[in-house]
Amino acid sequence: MSFNRRSFLKSSALAAGALATPGIFHRAAMAADEIEVGVLFSQTGGLSIIEKSLSDATLMAIDEINSAGGVLGKQIKPLVEDGASDPKTFNEKASKLIIRDRVPTVFGCYTSASRKAVLPVFEKRRNLLFYPTYYEGFECSKNVVYTGAVPNQQLSNFIPWIINTLGKKKFFIVGSNYIYPREMAKVSKILIEQNGGEWIADEYLELGHSEWGAMVNKIKSSGCDVVLSNVVGDSVVAFYREYKNQGISQADLPICATVTSEVEIAAMGAEYAAGSYTSFPYFQAIDTPANHAFVERYRKFVNDPKAVTHHAMASSYFQVFLWKQAVEKAGEATPEAIVANVGGQSFDAPDGKVTVEAANLHTAMTPRIAQWKADGQGEIVEAYDHPVFPLPYVAYGETQDNLFCTAQGLDTSKLNQ
Amino acid sequence: MVDILFIGLSLGSILLLIALGLSITYGAMGVINMAHGELVMIGAYTAVLAGIYLGANIFVAMPLAFVATALLGWLIEAVVVRRLYGRLLDTLLATWGVAILIQQAVRLELGLTFFGIQIPGLGPGLQNVSVPEILSGTVAIFGEEVNAYRTFIIFVTIVLTVLTWWILYRTPIGTQVRAIIRNPQMAAACGIDVKRVNAMTFAYGSGLAGVAGVMMSGFKTVFPDMGTPMVVDGFLVVVVGGVGSLLGTVAAAGLLGEINGVFASVTNDILARAVVFATVILILILKPAGLFSFKGR
Repeated sequence: MSFNRRSFLKSSALAAGALATPGIFHRAAMAADEIEVGVLFSQTGGLSIIEKSLSDATLMAIDEINSAGGVLGKQIKPLVEDGASDPKTFNEKASKLIIRDRVPTVFGCYTSASRKAVLPVFEKRRNLLFYPTYYEGFECSKNVVYTGAVPNQQLSNFIPWIINTLGKKKFFIVGSNYIYPREMAKVSKILIEQNGGEWIADEYLELGHSEWGAMVNKIKSSGCDVVLSNVVGDSVVAFYREYKNQGISQADLPICATVTSEVEIAAMGAEYAAGSYTSFPYFQAIDTPANHAFVERYRKFVNDPKAVTHHAMASSYFQVFLWKQAVEKAGEATPEAIVANVGGQSFDAPDGKVTVEAANLHTAMTPRIAQWKADGQGEIVEAYDHPVFPLPYVAYGETQDNLFCTAQGLDTSKLNQ
Repeated sequence: MVDILFIGLSLGSILLLIALGLSITYGAMGVINMAHGELVMIGAYTAVLAGIYLGANIFVAMPLAFVATALLGWLIEAVVVRRLYGRLLDTLLATWGVAILIQQAVRLELGLTFFGIQIPGLGPGLQNVSVPEILSGTVAIFGEEVNAYRTFIIFVTIVLTVLTWWILYRTPIGTQVRAIIRNPQMAAACGIDVKRVNAMTFAYGSGLAGVAGVMMSGFKTVFPDMGTPMVVDGFLVVVVGGVGSLLGTVAAAGLLGEINGVFASVTNDILARAVVFATVILILILKPAGLFSFKGR
C-alpha cells in the first residue's frame, strides 16, 4: 500500500474531524439545558486569600441551586476566571467572559479598583455584574447589582451607637490612603457632628504599609477616646498588634472598624482584637438557625472545619439566589431581562432578609455591630430590627426621599450643590 | 520627644536587622541577593511552624530560624550563586528567580498539595505568631513608657550587630572576609579559600535574615509575599551606608529610621516615606559611594 504524505494528511484530518464531531454535538446539546455564568475573583496573587472565599461561596450557591433543580429547569455552569489580584487582568477576563463566552451575568470583583476596571466593559456591552463587596458608594450603574453594604449601612447605626452607648465623643479617624477609607471618613464626619461628637484627626497610611509605630503613638497622645478605623488589608493586622504592643487597652480607647472582619481577626491572632468593634450586616456570630446551617454548609463545601465566614462572602452567596429569582421572574437569562427584574427581589439570606432596591440596584440589609471576643468570634451587641435602605451618595447629602441615583441614572445636578 | 526618637530608633533597628545580612553578602561577595526578603519570610514561617508543632515561642524560634535559613542560604550559594561570582547583574536575576521559587514553594506547601497532603501553617493564607506575655505591653525606660516588643527588637539588633562586628574584626575568618572585600584575587593568592569563606559568609548573612524574620513575625502578618518589599528597604540602607561597611550600614539604618519616625510623627506617614527617599537621593548625589565606603576594590 502506497502511503504518501497527502493521503496521510487527508486521513488524519478525517480522523480528527470524526473525533471532534461528537464533542461539537455534545457541547451544543449541553448548552440547551445549561446557563453559563462568569465567576471572576482573584484565585492567585495577594488578594487571593480573601477572594478565594468569595469564589467558593459563589460556587457553593450555584451548587445548591443546581442540586435543587437549577434555574428555569437548566443547570448553572460557572465559568471560573482568575483576576490575579490585578485590575488589568480583571478587565481582560471580564471581556473574555462577556464577548467570547457570552455569559449573561458575572459574579465577581472584590476591590473597588477591580470593579472600576471592569465597569466600562459591562456598560459598553450592556452586560451585568453582581458585586458582593461593601464599598464606598459614589457609583450609579445600570449594569451592576451591588449586594455589599454602602457607607450608610455601616455607619448610620455605628456612629450614634459609639457616641450614645459607648459614651465616646472624640474620634480619631484612621485609614489606608485610597478612595474607600476617604469616602467612609467623609460620611463619618457628617454623622459624628450630627450626633454631637467631634473628630480630632483624620490620618492615612499608605496602602499595604505595616509600620504603625508613629501613628499609634499619635493616637495615644491625641486625647481621643475612640478610634474609627477604615484600614484595609494586612495593614489591619499590624495596626491592632502595634496598638496592643504600645499598651493601649481596647476598654479605654476602643477601635471601631468598618473593614476588620473574621478574616483579618484570624490573621492577626484573636487576642489582639479582643474588645474592639466592627460594623457589618453579616457576622459569623449571627445566632440564627439559618446562619448556623450556612456556616456548616460552607465548612463542608470547602472541606475546612475551621473556615470562617464573613460579610462579603455572605453577599457572594446570597446574590446568586437573588440572580436566580430575577431569571425566573424574567423567564429568560439575558442581561436586560435580569436587570429589569432583579429590583424588588428579596431573599432570606444568612444575615436576614435582603432586598435589591429597584431605585438604585443596591441592596437593603440589616446593619449590625459586633464586639470581638478572645476566641476570634464577634458578639452581636447592636442590630437594627429592619433592613436599611442603601444610599450610595449619602456623603453628598442623599436621603431616602431625595435619591441621587435613580432608575433614570445619576442625577448629577444634585452633586453640584 | 523621647517617644518619637524611640519610634525612629525602632524603625532604624528593623531596617538594620534586614540590612545587616544583605550588607555582608553584598559587601563581601558583590552579590545582590534578591532572595533576601524570602529568607526573612522563611524565618517568619519557622516561627509559625515552631509555634504550631513545638509549641515554641519566639525565643526558641530565633536559633531555629537562624539554622534553617543559614542552611537554605548555604544551599542557594552552592547551587546558584557560586557559579555567578563577578557577574553582578546575573546574580541579581538568578536570586530573583530563587526568590520566586521560594515564595511559590511556601504557597504550594512545598508541592505537597499535589499529593493531597496539607501542612498546617504553610499555604497561601495569612499566619501570625503571638508575642510572649513579657514582651507585650510597655516597659518604662528613662521614665517613658515604651513598647516592650520594640525594645526587644532593638536589643536583639544590638546583639547581632556586635556579634557581626566581633566576627568580622576579631576572628581569623573575619580577617579573611575583610581581605576578600578589599581584593578577592589578592586574597586568593595569599592562600585564602575564597569559595569556602564566601559560602560561610552567605550562610551567615542568610541566618541573620532568618532572625529578622522571627522579629518581623511579632508585629506583622506572615504570608508568602511578605519579603518582597523588605528587599527595597534593605538595599536603601546598604547603598546609603556604603558597600561593605558595617559602620555605614548602622549609621544609614539609624539615620533613615529616625527621619522616618520623626517626620511620621510631626506630619504623616505618607510624607515621611517621601522624605526618606528624598534623603536617600540627596545622599547619593553628594556621596555616590555611600556614607562610609572603602576606596577602590
